[in-house]
Amino acid sequence: MRKLAFFVFLLLGYTAAFAQAQSVEMADTMRSSGKIYVVIVTIIIIFAGLAIYLFAIDRRLKKIEKNK
Amino acid sequence: MKFIYQTWWKVLAVAVIFYTLVAGFLLGVPKLPILHETIRNTYFHVPMWIAMFTVFTISVIYSIRYLSTGKEEYDLAAVECVNTGTFFYVLGLVTGMIWAKYTWGEFWSNDPKQNSAAIAFLLYCAYAVLRNSIDEEQKRAKISAIYNIFAFPIMVVLIMVLPRMTDSLHPGNGGNPAFGKLDMDNRMRIVLYPAFIAWSFIAIWIASLRYRIRLIEYKRNEIN
Repeated sequence: MRKLAFFVFLLLGYTAAFAQAQSVEMADTMRSSGKIYVVIVTIIIIFAGLAIYLFAIDRRLKKIEKNK
Repeated sequence: MKFIYQTWWKVLAVAVIFYTLVAGFLLGVPKLPILHETIRNTYFHVPMWIAMFTVFTISVIYSIRYLSTGKEEYDLAAVECVNTGTFFYVLGLVTGMIWAKYTWGEFWSNDPKQNSAAIAFLLYCAYAVLRNSIDEEQKRAKISAIYNIFAFPIMVVLIMVLPRMTDSLHPGNGGNPAFGKLDMDNRMRIVLYPAFIAWSFIAIWIASLRYRIRLIEYKRNEIN
């Protein structure tokens, strides 16, 4: 039991240290490692837009088909 | 035909493409000469062609069904599948050309793969021209269905077979790296194969939307 408590303490200590390192780095995820994440976000926004557009067309068509 | 009115597979296809967009950039890829990071183009360029093949195949199926039943709806489905396929054809060609500029040095270097892809593209342009040049509906449907059935195997031979028999620079042809056991590992397969399936369904979705619009137009013309 004591071993487990110690382990949990260590784990908490580790996450705290990790969080501190993150806060010092100041939200750097989008800029890290050659900025590839920026490209991914761009592509995802474009494709999300296209997908929403397709779903919108689909819905409008469904309405027109029902009116027939 | 009830399938095209359902939503679940559209959501699934979109979700899988989101996965390939993220995984395609973040997962590791084999380090190969010539290709470098452009190996990731495989995740986006090749699925365009697979999507094209899927809708063209469906188009042939509907052409055959039209010829055996004479149902006008099948003709409309076949046409819209070809139209959507041609769109993906252009996307495949353009992405291939951009890639070629940075790996081969020219947008168009008269590579056997490029040339035969261009010829096959003209084959499907001719389909559109042939179809629009006939006024009578049944005649148009019949002739374009027969043309479509013959155009498909010629297109497959032009794109898949002939470039492999000569010295094409394209990956996978003439001993260049591509889908072989040594060139592509499982890290790539877990992105590439889902991308093939998902983009195929996106193409089917677009074709089905176009078909539904055309069906409404067709019915409206019929009443008047």
